[in-house]
Amino acid sequence: MEKITSPYKWGMVIDLDRCTGCGACVVACQAENNVAICAKKEISEGRNMHWLRIERFWVGEYPDVRVRFLPVLCQHCHDAPCEPVCPVYASYHNPDGLNGQVYNRCVGTRYCGNNCPYAVRVFNFYDHEHAWPKPLDNQLSHDITVRSRGVMEKCSFCIQRIRRAKEDAKGEGRLIRDNEVQPACAQTCPSEALVFGNMADPASRAARLARSPRRFRLLEHLGTHPSVYYLKGGGREHV
Amino acid sequence: MSEQPIHHKSASRMNDEMLSSLRPPTLRWYGLVFLLGAVVAWGLYAFTYQVMNGMYVTGLDRPVMWGVYIVNFVFWIGLSHSGTMVSAILRLSQANWRRPILRAAEAMTVFTVAVGGLFPLIHLGRNWVFFYLLPYPNQRGLWPNFRSPLLWDAMAITTYIIGSSLFLYLGMLPDLAVARDRANGWRLKLYTALAMGWRGTAREWVVYHQASTLMAALIIPVAVSVHSIVAWDFAVTVVPGWHSTIFPPYFVIGAIHSGVAAVITLMIIIRKVFHLEEYLTPLHFDNMGKLQLVITLLWSYAYFVEVQTTWYAHEPIEWEVFSFMSGKYTVALLVMLLGNSILPIIALCFKRLRRSIPAMLAITLLINVGMFIERFLIIVPSLSHKNMPFVWGTYSPSWVELSITAGAFAGFALMYTIFAKTFPMVAVSDVHEYESQKALISLGRTRVPSLVGKE
Repeated sequence: MEKITSPYKWGMVIDLDRCTGCGACVVACQAENNVAICAKKEISEGRNMHWLRIERFWVGEYPDVRVRFLPVLCQHCHDAPCEPVCPVYASYHNPDGLNGQVYNRCVGTRYCGNNCPYAVRVFNFYDHEHAWPKPLDNQLSHDITVRSRGVMEKCSFCIQRIRRAKEDAKGEGRLIRDNEVQPACAQTCPSEALVFGNMADPASRAARLARSPRRFRLLEHLGTHPSVYYLKGGGREHV
Repeated sequence: MSEQPIHHKSASRMNDEMLSSLRPPTLRWYGLVFLLGAVVAWGLYAFTYQVMNGMYVTGLDRPVMWGVYIVNFVFWIGLSHSGTMVSAILRLSQANWRRPILRAAEAMTVFTVAVGGLFPLIHLGRNWVFFYLLPYPNQRGLWPNFRSPLLWDAMAITTYIIGSSLFLYLGMLPDLAVARDRANGWRLKLYTALAMGWRGTAREWVVYHQASTLMAALIIPVAVSVHSIVAWDFAVTVVPGWHSTIFPPYFVIGAIHSGVAAVITLMIIIRKVFHLEEYLTPLHFDNMGKLQLVITLLWSYAYFVEVQTTWYAHEPIEWEVFSFMSGKYTVALLVMLLGNSILPIIALCFKRLRRSIPAMLAITLLINVGMFIERFLIIVPSLSHKNMPFVWGTYSPSWVELSITAGAFAGFALMYTIFAKTFPMVAVSDVHEYESQKALISLGRTRVPSLVGKE
């Protein structure tokens, strides 16, 4: 079988020195991806559905206290622990370097959720599909499904946008240009802390930023090779 | 020798006694079946409720996505271990005291593995598409992921349930023929079909002995591999506290630990219920007690090694998981250590306690309580405190999970109760064989036992 290769390796750079923790990315993600709207009860039970969360850490002792924000989304690992454990290939790796999730193949073993060290996979404990609050169902995106109960879901780097950009580029007989496509979170970020791009293209903005000496990756010692790079200047405090 | 009186009994009297469990059921039996059936029905109701509503009816959340269902899965598969394994090892090592307990142990395996095998399906988010896990031909050309330990589980458990059912059935073949010759009505039809025309000719016996020795030898590696694979569900992940190379042997030992204890518990119950005091003597309990002592020591060693490695390496996240476990579940941890290790080691050193039926009952039940806790302490604390401290969480089972667990215990007991009333519970032909081997034969002018060997 011919090996499927791709000119794209999607990745993201998150500059923690720029992040203000405003949460716009979380909202944008929710609006873009039909992420379920959870009741207070669901969130208090630890069953919220956010694909992207902002972790907040207090650093230092009073009065010298600083707050650090760490946006965590699916790291789209190149050696993703979630992929081999899925018994039905619902969690798979696509040629662009994305961790895909096939909702209608998922049987809900939740093994991927356990094995994800970043805990970014969210499970549909509740039936959101038939209980979408009105009139918010009017703003559902028609590009993607509303996930049924009993399946796992996660950040897809807004794969529907990538698909669309690919089709546009293909029509014009070219590759996707840098900055032509970005996920909702990166598009929304007011401080441009989130930069999305093609890591296979060394000239792309994301790839250039990822070469910064300030870069690190989450839980790098686990050898998951994430596609998401974080930037942070050397200060007293660390994330 | 406590078994002496048996020699003076005629074969048919022995058959009567050993097949006494097949007599028409009493009112008490029906009462028991009804009671167990009611609990099973409640468990089924809880499961239906979960299927209709969603997994939110369980106590699971993020990050603890596996809970009591998987605890149950590991526990039941563990229990299933010893039946077949004890029986196979004892068959191969020609330990004669095994004979009266063979059937009870082998049947236990089949029913525990059946119950255990249900839990991975119960715990699926979308149970109704469970067949995606099977490698069935389909026009979409989709195939399950053979890299996933869950698929290995499916394969291993299927192999084990088929293997142990065959092992049970094969061992039962001559007994079914005995039962057939004494039965009438629907039982006659059932036993005639199942005995497959067994007549007890010399050739049949030769083939039977070869086949059962072969099965015994084959089933042991299967049993070991099944629990290794169950351990791999955890060991091959990157979850702190799970990712450990000692897990497969540790799980196998743990499985035998709980399995041997369960065999002893069942021996005690069967002895009491079917009045088999003459066939299941304190000698048997003494021997099983020694086996249990060895396994307890092995388990304690394995547990010590596992914890010691964590402590010595002191890797921050691993140590966090351990501290969380010992801090939040201190009582459970102590019960586990006492019940699984300390008390059995002390008690089983004494012959008087090994030969005392109530003491053995208490010890073996305690071991299995401890083993259930052990499974819980392996699975839940590791998931509660994974690598990202921001999403640490806790877990406590809901009524649905507890009901299904109760239903599983009742379901096992129900299957066992019905089996005991339908099939010969004591391996009649094996006991006969031993008796005839032990009988005195003339050798020149003297008479010597035909059997050479130890009890």
